[in-house]
Amino acid sequence: MEAFLDTFFNGAVLARYAPSILQGVWVTVLLSVLIVVSGIVGGAALACLRAYRIRPLSALIVIYADMFRALPPLVLILLVFFGLPNLGILLSSSTVLYLILTLVLAAFAEEIVWAGITAVPKGQWEASRSTGLGFTQTLIWVILPQAVRLVIPPLTNRAIAITKMTALGMVIGVPDILGQATTAQSFSANASPLMLAAIAYVLLFLPLVIFSRWLETRFAAPGV
Amino acid sequence: MTQAAQEAVAPPTLVVRGLRKSFGSEEVLQGIDLTVARRELVFVLGPSGSGKSTMLRCCNRLEEPDAGEITLEGDPVTGPKVDVNQLRRRMGMVFQAFNLYPHLSALSNVTLALRKVRGLPRPEAEAMGLTALDRVGLKAKAASYPAHLSGGQQQRVAIARALALEPSVMLFDEPTSALDPELVGDVLAVMQDMKAQGMTMLVVSHEMKFARDAADRVIFMDAGRIVEQGTPEQIFETPHHERTQTFLARFSGRG
Repeated sequence: MEAFLDTFFNGAVLARYAPSILQGVWVTVLLSVLIVVSGIVGGAALACLRAYRIRPLSALIVIYADMFRALPPLVLILLVFFGLPNLGILLSSSTVLYLILTLVLAAFAEEIVWAGITAVPKGQWEASRSTGLGFTQTLIWVILPQAVRLVIPPLTNRAIAITKMTALGMVIGVPDILGQATTAQSFSANASPLMLAAIAYVLLFLPLVIFSRWLETRFAAPGV
Repeated sequence: MTQAAQEAVAPPTLVVRGLRKSFGSEEVLQGIDLTVARRELVFVLGPSGSGKSTMLRCCNRLEEPDAGEITLEGDPVTGPKVDVNQLRRRMGMVFQAFNLYPHLSALSNVTLALRKVRGLPRPEAEAMGLTALDRVGLKAKAASYPAHLSGGQQQRVAIARALALEPSVMLFDEPTSALDPELVGDVLAVMQDMKAQGMTMLVVSHEMKFARDAADRVIFMDAGRIVEQGTPEQIFETPHHERTQTFLARFSGRG
């Protein structure tokens, strides 16, 4: 028991590295918020573009979405982080992590929102167009709000999954929660910082999971 | 010129000439000619598949006609240079399935086009929206969402949504077919009231009693053509065409 506590809850180690892990918390929070906002907005925008059914454009969007959904994010992160400098493009590790996870989330969000757009009954388009609203106005004011409500559960699931992937930043040295914890772990030769990181993730993501549940029930019945 | 004289020389509200429409190899409209005069209520009757809904949907180009000419108060509806959105706000449409926006309150359903198409500021749009809801007897339900309204109430909100734009003509596509029988009356009463107020209306429906009470003219369509037309008395009491007779015989007892 003492060995267990010493390994995972070593008071001295915890106290020493808590500040750096707290810094990591802010990095994780900031990255997560930026990724979720830009990924979902980007994905919804692509889904809207696809609604115009301009063949070459739709094909490009589908290819992009399929590629980024098929490739493991870690592969993309490593490829971009170690590949781009050879082309003379130097991006910080945080920027690379942000870009890749945003692109991956946008790919999933595009597919999810597109499924929502196609699920809105044709009569909604017709009713709106019959009152003189144009295609774009109908898409923005009538179709998209209904489509997004329909797909809130898969969208929040995907958003939660992608924010947890910020931990992948560790492999390219992003100073997020896990990055700080592994550094601390190697300096202290003790697993307590990792335990602290786990606790930080739970404290961070549990409210997010609960919030997503609330969001799902809030919009479960349309117009309630 | 007096108002009456102006109306006498003004072009008819809706004119359809040689309207044709095919879906695949099936020609569902085989040359329709139809004129709806100002303040007239034209009632369109016919078996399912006769093309009456398609004809109606061609009038505001929810279906694109293959051939033919349509004018609204003399202005072309068909043709390459037509701003279809401008014309559609002058033609209200009411659908069988209501098609209210489920994410918006009754009032917002009515004001959306006022704000986004006519560009009215919110307070003005809401005042007009409330007036329209009042006309269909649902001012008290302005804040309700469609999910909390009965079918009949939903259809009346849908009528208010079209009315609010002050259209020149209202197109009704089987407005009561999706309603429980006891809810039909309220919707028909609203339509009758609109007729009394001088609205021009083109109604596709199976409500024979409404046709007898409110229609100026009844048109019987079959297989993509207008087979017969006349006053309700002519069509219902002394139909000339055999197909009209067969169709009405099947409906006897309903009206």
